[in-house]
Amino acid sequence: MGKTVIEKIITFHCSGDFNCEATPGSVVWMDLDVRTARDFGGPNVVKNLLESYESDRVADPGKTFFTFDTVAPANNIPYAQNQQICRKFAAENGIRVFDVNSGIGTHTLMEKGIVLPGYTAVGTDSHYNILGAINAFGQGMGDIDIAFAFKTGKTWLEVPSTVRVNLIGMPTELVSPKDVVLRLLQEFGASSLLGKTVELYGDYVTELSMDGRITIASMATEMGLITIFPEVSDRMMEFCKQHINANLEAVQADEDARYDSEYNIEIGNLKPLLAAPFHPHNVHEVSEYEGVKVDSVFLGSCTNGRIDDLEAAMEVLDGKRIKDGVMFKVVPSTRKIYQEAMERGILEKLFNAGAIISHAACAGCASGQLGMTGEDEVQLSTANRNFKGKQGKGKTFLVSPATAAISALEGKITVPV
Amino acid sequence: MNKQTKITGKIWIIKDENGCFVDDIDTDQIFHNKYLAITDIEKMGEYAFSNLDGWEDFPDKVKEGDILVVGANFGAGSSRQQAVDCFTALGVKLIIGESFGAIYWRNAVNSGVPILVCEGIKETRLNDRDEIEVDLLSGEIVRVSGSDPLPCAKPFTKIQKDIYESGSLLEYGKKVR
Repeated sequence: MGKTVIEKIITFHCSGDFNCEATPGSVVWMDLDVRTARDFGGPNVVKNLLESYESDRVADPGKTFFTFDTVAPANNIPYAQNQQICRKFAAENGIRVFDVNSGIGTHTLMEKGIVLPGYTAVGTDSHYNILGAINAFGQGMGDIDIAFAFKTGKTWLEVPSTVRVNLIGMPTELVSPKDVVLRLLQEFGASSLLGKTVELYGDYVTELSMDGRITIASMATEMGLITIFPEVSDRMMEFCKQHINANLEAVQADEDARYDSEYNIEIGNLKPLLAAPFHPHNVHEVSEYEGVKVDSVFLGSCTNGRIDDLEAAMEVLDGKRIKDGVMFKVVPSTRKIYQEAMERGILEKLFNAGAIISHAACAGCASGQLGMTGEDEVQLSTANRNFKGKQGKGKTFLVSPATAAISALEGKITVPV
Repeated sequence: MNKQTKITGKIWIIKDENGCFVDDIDTDQIFHNKYLAITDIEKMGEYAFSNLDGWEDFPDKVKEGDILVVGANFGAGSSRQQAVDCFTALGVKLIIGESFGAIYWRNAVNSGVPILVCEGIKETRLNDRDEIEVDLLSGEIVRVSGSDPLPCAKPFTKIQKDIYESGSLLEYGKKVR
């Protein structure tokens, strides 16, 4: 019988010691190609390993990494100490650290070709399933899971069922991948597809840039999904082939694969969307909130911190000035993106428009690395979560980079034109 | 080691001020990101629900051996183990919910904390501090005093039972390798 993408990836990685039948609902043991921990979660992983095992704590240092992105560099003593705990453990065990100068861990893994199509990877980042953007199975996990993965190179998994979603039509240029993923959140909410995987198909998907694929895959967690796999495309393969010479083969679903359900979602007439406080699935058209005064804007995160995103903001702000009184914070996802944005003059234009530009990291999503919001403050964020209190006392709306930029310019929520 | 497979305790039902179950409680409401640098489980308890409206005093109210009853998609959001560990620190013995965030579910299973999905739990007439007995292996839930029927939870899966009996995934790892 045919298999879906995730069923195939799991089957290829079935761990030898255990019986494996990667059918939805079955529990299998799976080999992991990559396992990582961040400066958040990492110190607990180290603690678990030191307390539980006397020796042989890392099955394969070559497949194990630390990526510091949560509070980078540490702006408080506990985080500074936690990072040192990880660095020390890494040095003792021959583990490579992508330190505080690197940027967001999952993006680093894609950028450097450490994770490639068909791979399995786990880390202490709930948006680890973003790796679905390059046809890899990534899963965010807690520190016990990751300690076990460091130690054994394996994990247990209940095989999720797969839902097929077809995107119908092509939206106008004013609609970005962020608007499309917000449309999915509007349709499916936070839990109607809880614990399932989505395969995303359609001309829109195959024509999507790599950065756009990342944006869409990054919000699987907000839908309660295990992962989203956008259909394999030439642009994705080009991106992945930068890193290796070997023949790369992506994992595609069989024609007779069995899906839990199938949905068609029309995006041809889509308008720019936002997620109003305090839930990512509280989705409305931007026009419904037009005119709401904006105090601060965050452009960045694993969802919208890539070149496409910075460029979209630049196109709006080039030669103009952000409204007085609006704080506009820009954070590239990785050091490499920072460099490219610098060399192409994108950062200079954003700076001249009045932006604060910070070093690559998780920034607005982490605890105060880039400031928090005060009471009644309205923040527009290109990130993926606007939960109550997460980024302070204020109200956060999730928007696309273009909506963020034009709203910063006007000082109020504004529909991109 | 044979662990308890029937758990009896008084319940806390996580409802809002209108008496409705709160769905989609995310990990920042359970254990806010400003406390994430904490790595000692004993120190996590005092921050449980410190960002959930009306439940900020939960650490003062909860008693050793209590059971948590929650709505749908509990523990959505981040991968933080602390969102499970903070309840362990407070002596919570079991978490029952309509459904859970996928990572939250795993984190509880892996740390040996009994966690059960019970579809329909939101429709029951349970009240705070009711005492219930739950059979982890069959999923049966009964009220200690009273006879009205309660829905049945999904029983422990095999992996869940194996990890629970070992104490945690890390202990289980010593057995299987």
